[in-house]
Amino acid sequence: MGAEPCFQETFSISGGDFTNAGEVSSRVKKILQELGVATKVIRRVTIATYEAEMNVVWYARKGTLTISVTPHLLRINVQDEGEGIADIELAMREGYSTASPEIREMGFGAGMGLPNIKKNSDEFHVSSVVGQGTNLDIVIRRQ
Amino acid sequence: MTLEEVKEILNAQVIFAPQDLKMEVKMACGCDLMSDVLAFTKEDSLLLTGLTNLQVVRTAEMANIKALVFVRGKEPDRETIALAMEKKIPVMLTDLPMYEACGRLYQHGLPGCSEAEEGSFLSDGR
Ligand SMILES: Nc1ncnc2c1ncn2[C@@H]1O[C@H](COP(=O)(O)OP(=O)(O)OP(=O)(O)O)[C@@H](O)[C@H]1O
Ligand SMILES: [Mg+2]
Repeated sequence: MGAEPCFQETFSISGGDFTNAGEVSSRVKKILQELGVATKVIRRVTIATYEAEMNVVWYARKGTLTISVTPHLLRINVQDEGEGIADIELAMREGYSTASPEIREMGFGAGMGLPNIKKNSDEFHVSSVVGQGTNLDIVIRRQ
Repeated sequence: MTLEEVKEILNAQVIFAPQDLKMEVKMACGCDLMSDVLAFTKEDSLLLTGLTNLQVVRTAEMANIKALVFVRGKEPDRETIALAMEKKIPVMLTDLPMYEACGRLYQHGLPGCSEAEEGSFLSDGR
């Protein structure tokens, strides 16, 4: 069956952990390199996972990132427990950000993360429950 | 442009370089907003930035940025250098402020990311 993942792994992400922020995406990159995924495709995946991972670090208490690899597709699911997003349409707008001065000092808060994830995905879906958390589903074709 | 040339033009100090400085960059981006780097740079770019934290190296890793230049003499901390070494991303430091560092490289013919075509280099496997 083509839809069966030939590889799947789940990583946990800790909210507020700036030191290890990005470590999950780094591991995803390494895995995809080992699986022989094309460099251009890996770049799209890691940009998307890194933006998603950073959002969990900045805005949520904790979360998980799951990557599933099939012969044709890369699926990424990022779920978190946190504040959630009240207005998803607004959050998806380029330039919209609620980032604190502390986050901006570190070079984030341009309001480009979610639009950038969408740009690098073939399919992208966000859902969120305020006060509970946020769920992102990303699909990127291997070509 | 080779990293050797970048070093000369910016009068830069090499903090870390995995091999010799013959490695080439095709284009450059001067930016302090990491999401903009992720959105607008292409592979094999040089990134000039005033930020020196760990996330700069992470961003470079994810976007396949070829080398980093820290501007206006702001020295990166030890963890940042250690991560760059682990990821084999060359790092230089120049005393020039952002505008002047970018301007000099541009003057010497290194184009910006919106002008250059990506992908004429063989991947270095990073
Ligand atoms: N996982 C999340 N949980 C709660 N709120 C979120 C989450 N992800 C995004 N948001 C909200 O959506 C806004 C826009 O997110 P986006 O990633 O596009 O930009 P940013 O994180 O503010 O800046 P950038 O990603 O450019 O550094 C955030 O400022 C935040 O308010
Ligand atoms: Mg973001």
